[in-house]
Amino acid sequence: MTANYLLEIGLEEMPAHVVRPSVEQLKTKTAAFLNDQHLAFARIEVFATPRRLAVLVRDLATEQPDQVEEVKGPAKKIALTPDGEFSKAALGFARGQGVDPSAITFKDFKGVDYVFVEKKTVGQPAAAILPELIEVVKGLTFPTRMKWGTNHFEYIRPIHWLVSLLDDQIIPMSLLDVTAGRVSQGHRFLGQPVTIATATDYEQDLAQEKVIADLARRQALIEAQIQTIASDNDWQVDLDPDLLEEVVNLVEYPTAFAGHFDPKYLAVPEPVLITSMKDNQRYFYVRDQNGQLAADFIGVRNGNREHLDNVIAGNEKVLVARLDDARFFFEEDQKLSIDAYVAKLKKVTFHDKIGTLYEKMQRVNVIAQSLGHLFGLSAQEMADLDRASRIYKFDLVTGMVGEFPELQGTMGEIYAKIFGENDAVAQAIREHYLPISAEGALPASKVGATLAIADKLDSTLAFFVVGMIPNGSNDPYALRRQAYGVVRILLANQWHLSLGKLQAEIEQVLADRGLTFKLDWLKNGAELRHFFADRMRQLFSEKNFRHDFVEALADSNAIDPTTINEVAETLNEHRHDDDFKETIEALTRVLRLTKQTDAKSSELSVDPALFENPSEQVLYDAVVQIRGHFAHQTVEQNYEALRDLRPLIENYFEENMIMADDLQVRNNRLNQLRILQKLITIFGDLQELVVK
Amino acid sequence: MVKQLNIQEMILTLQQFWAKKGCMLMEAYDNEKGAGTMSPYTFLRAIGPEPWNAAYVEPSRRPADGRYGENPNRLFQHHQFQVVMKPSPKNIQEYYLDSLRELGIEPLEHDIRFVEDNWENPSMGCAGVGWEVWLDGMEVSQFTYFQQVGGLTVDPVTSEITYGVERLASYIQNVNSVFDLQWGDGVLYGDIFKEPEYEHSKYAFEESDQEMLLNFFNSYEKEALRLIKLGLVHPAYDYVLKCSHTFNLLDARGAVSVTERAGYLARIRSMAHKIAKAFVEERKKLGFPLLEHAQANAGEEN
Repeated sequence: MTANYLLEIGLEEMPAHVVRPSVEQLKTKTAAFLNDQHLAFARIEVFATPRRLAVLVRDLATEQPDQVEEVKGPAKKIALTPDGEFSKAALGFARGQGVDPSAITFKDFKGVDYVFVEKKTVGQPAAAILPELIEVVKGLTFPTRMKWGTNHFEYIRPIHWLVSLLDDQIIPMSLLDVTAGRVSQGHRFLGQPVTIATATDYEQDLAQEKVIADLARRQALIEAQIQTIASDNDWQVDLDPDLLEEVVNLVEYPTAFAGHFDPKYLAVPEPVLITSMKDNQRYFYVRDQNGQLAADFIGVRNGNREHLDNVIAGNEKVLVARLDDARFFFEEDQKLSIDAYVAKLKKVTFHDKIGTLYEKMQRVNVIAQSLGHLFGLSAQEMADLDRASRIYKFDLVTGMVGEFPELQGTMGEIYAKIFGENDAVAQAIREHYLPISAEGALPASKVGATLAIADKLDSTLAFFVVGMIPNGSNDPYALRRQAYGVVRILLANQWHLSLGKLQAEIEQVLADRGLTFKLDWLKNGAELRHFFADRMRQLFSEKNFRHDFVEALADSNAIDPTTINEVAETLNEHRHDDDFKETIEALTRVLRLTKQTDAKSSELSVDPALFENPSEQVLYDAVVQIRGHFAHQTVEQNYEALRDLRPLIENYFEENMIMADDLQVRNNRLNQLRILQKLITIFGDLQELVVK
Repeated sequence: MVKQLNIQEMILTLQQFWAKKGCMLMEAYDNEKGAGTMSPYTFLRAIGPEPWNAAYVEPSRRPADGRYGENPNRLFQHHQFQVVMKPSPKNIQEYYLDSLRELGIEPLEHDIRFVEDNWENPSMGCAGVGWEVWLDGMEVSQFTYFQQVGGLTVDPVTSEITYGVERLASYIQNVNSVFDLQWGDGVLYGDIFKEPEYEHSKYAFEESDQEMLLNFFNSYEKEALRLIKLGLVHPAYDYVLKCSHTFNLLDARGAVSVTERAGYLARIRSMAHKIAKAFVEERKKLGFPLLEHAQANAGEEN
């Protein structure tokens, strides 16, 4: 026997972004509960609007199956008296399990016979189990919680009703002052309370009361309405998925409508218009057939077509007030100059422990110059980088960015062009914020990429040297994202920048130019190196590299992320080779021996006159040969060279006692290994590799 | 179509409506402040166990928002119609929607939405959860369930509704500039407020004496702290309000760097927190009289 079970939680308007995740959570936790309770079901359908979360369990078993469970009792030797009767222990066990002693059997358990009984649990009706689902309701988690009235219970929003129906039968449960029943609420304005006769009527009953409870249906309706309006007007519309998702979860009964604004506002830069419409008002912007932004928009009302003119007029008025403001700022902002804005940055604090934005730009200017040389930028690129890095934060003090902070960088590019900067400088100003999310788009230009790295390194170092180091979930300045961005940009451009030496180099550059601003730029170096190593770990785990590769390589700060990445790729390529294990073992042996001994790296010469065995000369010749090429070869070629060295290394260890009694011979051999070690180190700490 | 209420009719309508819902009609508090929340009738009364239901119009001064009376929507001083009910009634949303109906705004003829907006006033140690209410895309009210006030977790919870008087009136009277609003008896908003808007903007942006204001801030702070120690909560709070307004004036003048800003706000927050604690102590000494009063009333009804 099966039945259908409906559970609906009625709430005050939830934030749009929690609606879908919350109902998915309700579904998952309901399924887990039913599984725990051995209540079989076919599937769970979900319904959700700003005011409700609901699940409909289809074909739910109306009774738990009877459970038969085998229970182990005392050992046989205790269970039987010497004359073969059940002992007190056995009888007591049977009584405790509620079975007759005649049901006792003996079975072997790890070589000893024990008492066993089969215990039957009679399945309960689903109706007796389901009231406990209230714990699932209470146990939902939300990004923010609140309390209300006089109670101490916290939830996403106040709860107003619960519907709990197994077919047509109310399954009782209650939470605070709310008792579950069969009455749900219709649309706030268009609908009435609705009495649900049986669980499966839910969707249809709510539709009668102007609530489209199914998320997918609501979304399809909105999409269709928008497309109709667009095609009626010959518009192209970009159905931004995030905006669509938000709109779907802001309405229970959608009606799309078209609005219009005075085309004179099209003089305002497009990103500003789009932000005003999309982010501030949750409208879809539209383009004409030529791809030009149109002086029109599409909004979605939570209601029907009645009095739609009022709604359109109101929305148009609000948008025009915003655009009027934007136009005012756009005109006012152009009355000043970049120099004037830059001068204002002298008064704007980046962080009170670090200094002003102007000081930051001064530092970034010299850091960027030194990076630009390292990355081999052209003379023109160097000039653009110099200019961009002197002004790149200027838009932060414009009226427009004050009003629309999310347009930082975007307005910088637009204004830079208006003020006569070249395209490369303007583009770099916009691009220096990239990537704005962990896996977000990277700067496309070399100038933008270099400026982005310089800006992010300056921020990261600055916060580290003043001791504001991210820990746990506490990373208010998004330094993890910024440092990860640095790594990604380096890799994307195949630029080599050694993070281990970075701090000392930046300190040097700043000190040379008198730009240390009384901060100790060498502070917290170890923390900084760990921090960057963790970003490498993050990168490698994104790429699904083997854990031991990650550990072998993440801490190799001596080399740069781009090379580390190549090494990881190379090792990853070869990990299934037949000789991978032997190769790594041979190389690891070299590393281990050289690690144990003090190396005076300055005098790494090997004297062939001291050779005692042929294998020494063979390895020596081979190393001399590959050493010359190592610097110019790809990581893959270097790996192959070392791999080919493997039999030679094995022979070397076979024939030669490294720690020879003769000190001269010993040092000669150690130096040979140290030279080799220098070549191997590029592959990180190979001892971490698991080559079983 | 919407009845063309002038502003004073609008206020009277809201007052009558909320009085019927059990709110006491209070008057605006006679100290400068940036929002109705900062009136002691909200800030202090939201703290502690005693019930509190009040409604009042609060002129709210935000010097940095002044535009010399030239911007149709931005004002140095606007008006908030503030409703606080503690504990928050179960049907507070319905009450609010009914109040819009009283103003002639029939929800079926418009698009009314409750859009998430979690409110925070860090300088007063206040935080709440709620919405901005959209009327055909325009934010006309802020709707908040306080969770923390003066750094203290609230119990019970106060619901706060703040109507933007000028916003709502612009909608009801269908004007594009607040200065064209009818206040009452044929007098326009601009007739009353345009000149003060200009003068206050001129003062806040150009003429205020920074040194004097800085000294004021320090003196007010000193006095507030002294009064807190004496357990004189209400006069102490007056000085906190003065600190807050003085800070806003300094801020508008550009006299406060971003760095210092955080420092000033922290000083105000610290005082607000002390006052919040002291207020509960003082009410406790009195035996939370409003609580007893409410219990007595409940007893009579039974």
